[in-house]
Amino acid sequence: MADLRSNFVGIKSPNPFWLASAPPTDKEVNVVRAFKAGWGGVVWKTLGENPPVVNVSSRYGAMHVNEQRIIGFNNIELISDRPLEINLQEIKKVKRDWPDRAMVVSLMVPCEEQSWKRILPLVEETGADGIELNFGCPHGMSERGMGSAVGQVPEYVEMVARWCKQYTRMPVIVKLTPNITDIRGPARAAKRGGADAVSLINTINSICAIDLDLMAPTPVVDGKGTHGGYCGPAVKPIAMNMVAEIARDPETAGLPISAIGGISNWRDAAEFMSLSAGTAQVCTAAMHHGFKIVDDMVTGLKNWMDQKGYATIEDFRGRAIPNVTDWKYLNINYKSIAQIDQDKCIKCGLCHIACEDTSHQSIAAMRVDGKRRYEVIEEECVGCNLCQHVCPVPECISMVSVDTGKPYLNWTQDPRNPLAKAAE
Amino acid sequence: MTQSATPDIATARLSQGQLAENFDDVKPVLDRKKALVESSRCYFCFDAPCQEACPTSIDIPNFIRMISTDNVRGAAERIFEQNILGGMCARVCPTEILCEDSCVRNTSEDKPVNIGALQRYATDKLMEQGVHPFQRQASSGKQVAVIGGGPAGLSAAHRLAMLGHDVTIFEAKDKLGGLNEYGIAAYKTVNDFAQREVDWLMKIGGITSKTKTALGRDITLENLRRDFDAVFIGLGLAGVNALGLEGEEMTGVLDAVDYIAKLRQAQDKSKLPVGRKIVVIGGGNTAIDIAVQSKRLGAEDVTLVYRRGPDQMSATWHEQEFAQVNGVTIKHWAKPVRLIGQKGAVREIEFEYTQLDGDGKLMGTGETFTILCDVVFKAIGQKLVKDPVNGKAHETLDLAGGKIVVNDDMQTSLPDVWAGGDCVASGIDLTVQSVEDGKVAAIAIDRYLRGKNR
Repeated sequence: MADLRSNFVGIKSPNPFWLASAPPTDKEVNVVRAFKAGWGGVVWKTLGENPPVVNVSSRYGAMHVNEQRIIGFNNIELISDRPLEINLQEIKKVKRDWPDRAMVVSLMVPCEEQSWKRILPLVEETGADGIELNFGCPHGMSERGMGSAVGQVPEYVEMVARWCKQYTRMPVIVKLTPNITDIRGPARAAKRGGADAVSLINTINSICAIDLDLMAPTPVVDGKGTHGGYCGPAVKPIAMNMVAEIARDPETAGLPISAIGGISNWRDAAEFMSLSAGTAQVCTAAMHHGFKIVDDMVTGLKNWMDQKGYATIEDFRGRAIPNVTDWKYLNINYKSIAQIDQDKCIKCGLCHIACEDTSHQSIAAMRVDGKRRYEVIEEECVGCNLCQHVCPVPECISMVSVDTGKPYLNWTQDPRNPLAKAAE
Repeated sequence: MTQSATPDIATARLSQGQLAENFDDVKPVLDRKKALVESSRCYFCFDAPCQEACPTSIDIPNFIRMISTDNVRGAAERIFEQNILGGMCARVCPTEILCEDSCVRNTSEDKPVNIGALQRYATDKLMEQGVHPFQRQASSGKQVAVIGGGPAGLSAAHRLAMLGHDVTIFEAKDKLGGLNEYGIAAYKTVNDFAQREVDWLMKIGGITSKTKTALGRDITLENLRRDFDAVFIGLGLAGVNALGLEGEEMTGVLDAVDYIAKLRQAQDKSKLPVGRKIVVIGGGNTAIDIAVQSKRLGAEDVTLVYRRGPDQMSATWHEQEFAQVNGVTIKHWAKPVRLIGQKGAVREIEFEYTQLDGDGKLMGTGETFTILCDVVFKAIGQKLVKDPVNGKAHETLDLAGGKIVVNDDMQTSLPDVWAGGDCVASGIDLTVQSVEDGKVAAIAIDRYLRGKNR
């Protein structure tokens, strides 16, 4: 049976599933419920300096697609709005009662050395296992010079990370904002500042919807709305790319990563881990379905690992990274074409119309003895994959490799590339 | 088992409350949540099989997509463009043998998209608002007579009016609607929907109606052809087939069609006389409708007897199942051979078992059985009443197989006369087919009239 125990920069947990810093980790009552449900750890909702912040009503917007509830979700909630002392007391109590679970505390104070120096011993006193620096929130706090306003300036990231390493013995995780053109900048800065790890992504700046009656963004607060942080399954692709960019950057390769961004089940977690993440932080899926989802995460990951013969997460962690490359190194001579399994085809014609209207006119719509039949025109198919994605039937359309008889050739070597090096 | 010599036929077998429940909407309209969930199941097929299966060619994926985005008015308009009686068809179409039977979801998961319910959702919403979405083209100055105010006639009239012609509908009965008003089972079209639909349809303008005006009695085809630029005939099938048995005139031997018409027009269903033991003869929708409605009026035993097997019944499998869950006993492979009465009232009916011979021809086996009954309903089909269309007119319409002969444009053997609906042999005798016939005829009439203009 696979062993899911995790040791992430010295922070131990019985499994790698942590609840991310967010409303589910704001209070003792929530966190205890989470631990009872089986979560490996939590990142306590961000603490700030007193007086506590004040929140508004409402706080969430959501993307629903075709009756699928919440494919994406945004919030305009600020950091914990409870007094610092209460949070610290509860953290201490919960850590004492649940010593085997990871207790990481998220922090956000003004970008001044004294502020950080003041709060760090208070957190250390609770017995917490580590801290996560919230350099990510793109709404509200950023207007006050905190959150993503820090995360978007690599020099600040480095500076604050360094202060924290200086004033605490606890491991320091820097939480990165995706609201930046190149994630490698702040990741490198975090590493230079001495951070033990990075976690990403924080939420993406967004407007989820406009209420067309009120003519205002949702959530609408007394007639007006603001941009908020986007999260949930819809952001996973963006998060995975950013995680991979850091993992394969020579400057940051090997820097421990706690993955965040749309993780809803064990498969999502396994994908992030294949891109070298050590732990998986979850928020939206829990806010959507409650804490019980961790049961599927734990058992699903174990079962998959057993099936694959992986004893520990380390056995497959980062295994996909060598296969993430730049476009220019892809094999230009590789060819695949679509193949339709006629026995599985339900004759919806979606593959045909997608290809016909928007791609390469390479799926024929036919009638054979009056019956519909869709067939790939192999000479025309460029193997783009669109048909496979629009097909509603699992495994009906597959992409089949074609032996072109040609060797590996990438764009840097291709004679059609005006800038290619002469192939000798 | 013995029974009294007097038939047990009584009114008020059930309480008013029970009757109200039994004749309430058998399939209530979807609410928005259900409509959104169901509409999300549609794959938006290219060259959609459902659209092809619809006699009126409604662009089903398109209207379902519109429902999924809350563009309900757009959805209703797409439906009504093809089928102005889309509201009634949503209630009565045997979707299980049409659009829903061809849904690709049948292949993938044995459960089609509930197209009928979605169509009803969209059409009901628009009609509730009292909105009529179409406008008439400029007047052509042409006059068209429509004989028969049923689905075919209404469809033709509406399309002709839309295209700018003035239409007069001549209807023999008191109300327009045809079988929608007098024939469909009551629980399929509640709250006077048939009349509300007619009123809504008439909002297009340019249509006048003359009810209680029967062809052959009050008007003649000859005069209409003289007074109008074109004529459309949507007479339906006003005659009822007889069993051809001795004693058919006995008390208790009734035409299902007549009884259903009375039931549909009854203000108080508790005043309808209902037999305790009922036998229905036939295998079509009328047979199912009379059997189930009898049960719901309080009949104790209802037995439907059909001379062939379930696959040959023109009532769909869905209708057969519906009858069975309503407590109707269906007996196949038997034909009536003798009505047995006492004092002029039917008390028993004798059937002979049937089978197919080597050539697939139906034959009696010689073995018989009898069923005790207070009422026998005949539901073995309707036929065209021929006299008005070819009895006394100077020029007569060609008939074949008991129906009016038409070409692809629904044009009859007379160049200025078109026909559609159950009185022609255009396909299956369904409301939706009648609507299509009327639409096709109207478009052809429009071409004819505009050609004449030139």
